[in-house]
Amino acid sequence: MTGTGTSAHASQARGTLIIGACQAGVQLASSLRELGDTEPIVLVGEEPHAPYQRPPLSKAFLKGEATADSLTFRTHEFYSEHNIELVTRERIVSIERDATGGVATAESGRRFEFARLALTTGAVPRQIPFEGSELEGVSYLRTATDAALLEQRLATASDVVVVGGGFIGLEVAAGVRAAGKTVTVLEAAPRLVGRAVSEATSAFYLAAHRRRGTRVVLNAQVVRFLGQHDRVTGVELGSGDVIPSDVVLIGVGVIPRTELAEQLGLVIDNGVVVDASALCSDGLTVAAGDCANLPNPSLTPGGIPRLRLESVQNAVEQAKVAAATLLGLPAEYSTVPWFWSDQADLKLQIAGLSGGHDQIILRGDPETEKFSVLYYRAGQLIAADCVNRPLDFIAVRAMLHSGQHLPADRADDLSLPLKKLFLPAVPVLIGK
Amino acid sequence: MPSVTYISAAGSETAVAGFAGDSVMETAVRNGVPGIVAECGGSLSCATCHVFVCADSVFPPMEDLEDDMLDGTAVDREANSRLSCQLKLSDVDIRVTTPETQV
Repeated sequence: MTGTGTSAHASQARGTLIIGACQAGVQLASSLRELGDTEPIVLVGEEPHAPYQRPPLSKAFLKGEATADSLTFRTHEFYSEHNIELVTRERIVSIERDATGGVATAESGRRFEFARLALTTGAVPRQIPFEGSELEGVSYLRTATDAALLEQRLATASDVVVVGGGFIGLEVAAGVRAAGKTVTVLEAAPRLVGRAVSEATSAFYLAAHRRRGTRVVLNAQVVRFLGQHDRVTGVELGSGDVIPSDVVLIGVGVIPRTELAEQLGLVIDNGVVVDASALCSDGLTVAAGDCANLPNPSLTPGGIPRLRLESVQNAVEQAKVAAATLLGLPAEYSTVPWFWSDQADLKLQIAGLSGGHDQIILRGDPETEKFSVLYYRAGQLIAADCVNRPLDFIAVRAMLHSGQHLPADRADDLSLPLKKLFLPAVPVLIGK
Repeated sequence: MPSVTYISAAGSETAVAGFAGDSVMETAVRNGVPGIVAECGGSLSCATCHVFVCADSVFPPMEDLEDDMLDGTAVDREANSRLSCQLKLSDVDIRVTTPETQV
């Protein structure tokens, strides 16, 4: 931007500041360089580590098969060769900007001037103020630091309680159970993973975890955590039951980090509101990843118009769009969202968003632990949950990209691979 | 240290130094080599780290899941297709070609 006004920032500010040294932040920086940007780039984050992959923290990391180092996205040489200044251990606490640029200030007092600004501030685990939450052993899992602490606590634990039957909780529970410990999952809702999958998939995971020896309590009401000598010893439920525990993991979702966006006066609604170009309401700042509330990138009739997507794919693809937008290049985010979760030997892959479905086809028998749930709306396939059926997943993902059609009445035919069942795209009468 | 050469679909070559035990995918991503996406970080979930292994480079045969996933790559598989997250480096230099697109 070439400021011509009298702004205090106009004379000296150059380059891009990316706040949040995470998957989206690294991608944004890399994409700026790939698009030919030669201005300075500063990528600032509050964690002590260079940016790393988060998904393995609830899986390989806790099994000792990965470390914060082995999960690092890019080498230090990459950052220096691409002239990307990576700043760790700096938490930005205040920010101001105008049309020509601005300045962000860290807790330490360090100032970062910028001409262009990107927010990839991510999310933090939702905390529930149960009585006893401060007891030693009560854990959350989001960062590599959290994972290292949890790993250390689990090493000597024998009874583990997981509060929250979502992906993170179930992934950790599966790993802990495989290590031979007693595990109880407490879910407040009537089914597992209720936010992401249908009843059929939820019912399968309930049975599968129980088969593997995990205790699962649905409709569980946690009253408080009990402790002795400042250490957690159990979880008291509304039913009066007390479940012994020396480690408690709370995994009940995340809250997008919007403090800085609020300081900038940006529109916030379950995240920083952005358009399909990843542009915020000021028309200047971009946001990407878990912190952003975006137009549904694969909107089908009946789907929800806006949402937050907590996934690697979204962090990467939205960050690419945000980088282009910062450089004034036209870019619109459109994709088929996909998600995965590895629990014990169960590989769940989800393609598309199932919201608004009016028909479900089961492909394969859940008893075999290899099946897919196909979601239809008005006769059109819109999404699939695939358990240990990677071929179904990649076929559905490709199909949703290309707009081909999969007739519902043939979708359960296991004698043919899904991609043999596709028909060419048919016109969809939106709004009819 | 083995050298890994990534040849883009357009023909440009990027050579980086790898470490024995790391995968061809990890080596590309850590060094910011374009052409390999690897959304799932190597857990055999996404089929976005597809490469064509050059004739002079040899790896152990693939397992069934990799074979299955290769049926879903964005650019159709060929006889020398592999998912680079499954290709572990030894101390031998490697050459692979990346497809035009991964997603």
